[in-house]
Amino acid sequence: MTEVKTMRTERIRKILSYVGGPYMALAVLFLVCACSSDVFLKPDNLLNILRQVSYSGLIALGMTFVIVSGGIDLSVGSLFALCGVCSLLSIRNFTPGRPVAGMSPELCGLLLGGAVCVGAGVIGGLLNGSAVVFGRVPPFIATLGTYSIFRSLALYLADSGTVSTENYTLEPFRPANELLTKIGECEVFGMSLPGLMLIVFTVILGVLLARTAFGRHVCAVGSSERVARFAGIRTGRVRFLTYVIIGLCVGVSSFLAAGRLGSVSSTNAGLFYELDAIAAVIIGGASMSGGRGTLAGTLAGVLILGILSNILDMWGVAATLQGLVKGLVIIVSVLIQKKG
Amino acid sequence: MTAGETSPVLEIRELTKSFGPVSVLKGVTFSLGPGVILGLAGENGAGKSTLAKCISSQYKPDSGTIRLNGSCFTVPQEFTLIPTLRVYENIFLGRELSRYGFLKKKAMILRAQALLNKVGCTVSPRKMVSDLNVAEKQKIEIAKAFLVRSKLLILDEPTTVLNRMETETLFQILREFREQGGSVIYISHKLEEVRTICDRIVVLRDGVLVADEASRDLSAEEIARRMVGRNLTRIFPPKRPADPGTDEVLRCENVSSGREVREVSFSLKKGEILGLAGLAGAGRTELAETICGFRRRSGGRIVLNGTVIARPAPDRMLRAGLSYLPEDRQRTAILPDFTLADNLTLSSLSRYTSWGFIREKRCREAAARYMERFRIRAASPDERLGNLSGGNQQKTVLARGLDSSPSVFIFDEPTRGVDVGARGEIYEFIHALAESGVSCLFISSDLEEVIGCCARVLVMREGRISGELSGEDVNEERIMFLATGVK
Repeated sequence: MTEVKTMRTERIRKILSYVGGPYMALAVLFLVCACSSDVFLKPDNLLNILRQVSYSGLIALGMTFVIVSGGIDLSVGSLFALCGVCSLLSIRNFTPGRPVAGMSPELCGLLLGGAVCVGAGVIGGLLNGSAVVFGRVPPFIATLGTYSIFRSLALYLADSGTVSTENYTLEPFRPANELLTKIGECEVFGMSLPGLMLIVFTVILGVLLARTAFGRHVCAVGSSERVARFAGIRTGRVRFLTYVIIGLCVGVSSFLAAGRLGSVSSTNAGLFYELDAIAAVIIGGASMSGGRGTLAGTLAGVLILGILSNILDMWGVAATLQGLVKGLVIIVSVLIQKKG
Repeated sequence: MTAGETSPVLEIRELTKSFGPVSVLKGVTFSLGPGVILGLAGENGAGKSTLAKCISSQYKPDSGTIRLNGSCFTVPQEFTLIPTLRVYENIFLGRELSRYGFLKKKAMILRAQALLNKVGCTVSPRKMVSDLNVAEKQKIEIAKAFLVRSKLLILDEPTTVLNRMETETLFQILREFREQGGSVIYISHKLEEVRTICDRIVVLRDGVLVADEASRDLSAEEIARRMVGRNLTRIFPPKRPADPGTDEVLRCENVSSGREVREVSFSLKKGEILGLAGLAGAGRTELAETICGFRRRSGGRIVLNGTVIARPAPDRMLRAGLSYLPEDRQRTAILPDFTLADNLTLSSLSRYTSWGFIREKRCREAAARYMERFRIRAASPDERLGNLSGGNQQKTVLARGLDSSPSVFIFDEPTRGVDVGARGEIYEFIHALAESGVSCLFISSDLEEVIGCCARVLVMREGRISGELSGEDVNEERIMFLATGVK
């Protein structure tokens, strides 16, 4: 009995030691915000924060895998735009005129758009993974390259403009667009779909990282690729898959955002998402050199950044100065973790 | 020292040095006059490099005195040149010629050219060091010594990277240096070479100076004998018979890998402990890494359990039943931040999952079992592995290798950095492993343990198997003769 108990407390202590810091910071920030503003605690505001952070938040979840395995992905913002552009273009151009396999045209168009969006994300991840694993290009350089490539492709496909299904007059596409925006705005249990997805993905990916052999291998590779290789782990495959995971996250995030807005701007979509995602992972307690990090911690990092920008708005801090505060938070959080 | 001779360049008296509980030098005394090339011979771990580092004041001796008349310069085994700088920049590194804070580039290039001519090096001083071959790099190192006008040059294993021609050139440079009154301490395993180039030979054994004679009075055989002659003090489990059956588990045919491993053939029988001896740099670790798939194989065939392994990769070899305990534990075998249980189950995680999820409880139970079996001393399986002692870490790595049920286990220096108590235990475990039918390849620089554990021993030299010994022939002299190339 006592042994079971000590085991359990041991485990709780272990989890706390990993994610305790970020959640403590989150709690403090939450209290400060609750005290200083009447609006902050209103459910609408909280759900709004959740939805606002969910797009870059989903990417941060994938980024956790990449960073824990000792890599980095700078291309996510550009890939986000490219996925959205491809998705809306395919809805616009390939939605069928009549029902297919018992599904209404608009549903077909929507499924197609979703598949293209997630597919483009995964392909982007495959490219990054190939460059890093097979080409042995350092992750920073490889994804810096694709950062430029993906954005450029998005701009080219969208003629440097915004792709939207809204103003497209041909008949079958209007309902497809309506369905798309419905999805973007739909609410489940009072929560926006993106917010819900953020939480669902955190749980699924959290289990993947913490409870499966693959997750353990990701940590081992990030800790020391050499040791992992000598222990018989297929380190190339592990690193490759982390890029596929983040590509998938980018695709899902991009589709939800496209649904919300009904359009994708090839110039602005996903701008600086890579920085937000990396910041969230670092605030969440992951080590930049790999080997350590949790999804729960990253979620805390995502929420801290979201609440911070929300409360700064409410306090009336100029938008131009908000970057300064964010930057300080990132640096201070790492300083505190170093001490701890 | 007779009267009339000039004062010695180096005088060492009663020098002792220890690292923690291990004493490496135990009262070494000798002196060295000008214009002498002194050979320093000894087994791995006899204290040669430590002595050299004490002389060049990289280490502070515990007691005793070192009197150095003039400056000394060491050409280390691993060169210390910066590959992204040019030759002359490397030669003048830290001693740049400058005026008013600006580098005098032309003057440095001219001086560098003169120094290079002196050491018989034909490369341009403007060339990048990364474009040079090892022989040229070594000459640059020697040129650095000439720049600071050192009276004493220490060379640590200078010829392991050189071919015969390059070695001959090096000897020529050293002889010229001697003509000009310089002295050399020449550290090498290659005994014939030591006899050729050196005027006097000093032999160290376990940190004690056991011979100091003119090289013409010492045969290579005599040097080898002096290097190893010591008492067996450790207790080993009884040896297993040399031929425990005819089942062949692992066979290598002409396995090669670059310059390090050349056409190695051997076979390993079921339940055998096969020793692999040799001096540092003989290619033992490289051979093991080639078999395990960590190093690219440039030729030959590996047959494991009757199957030809076409493309060995570490994970595939592990699944095919080959475990490897690497030599450099800190860098290649353990994740210090992972728990003991996590480290132990790293290679065989799939055994501890159901429906893809890791069963932590099963991992811990397995770890607890191994802790008991191998007497791993840790508070719990959840202890951070980095907190444990070297011996306990090594046992954990051993348990990890064993957990994937290998049919062949390669041990590379299994007792390095392991305390004496745990050593005996590791010998017992390996012995028990062989008894249970696992074939073991036992790589060690410690001759005593190779002889104590193995009934059959392969000896490597310069990437090749230079001989195979079994039964009565497994003794220090025979191994040393094969390892050093003395006929």
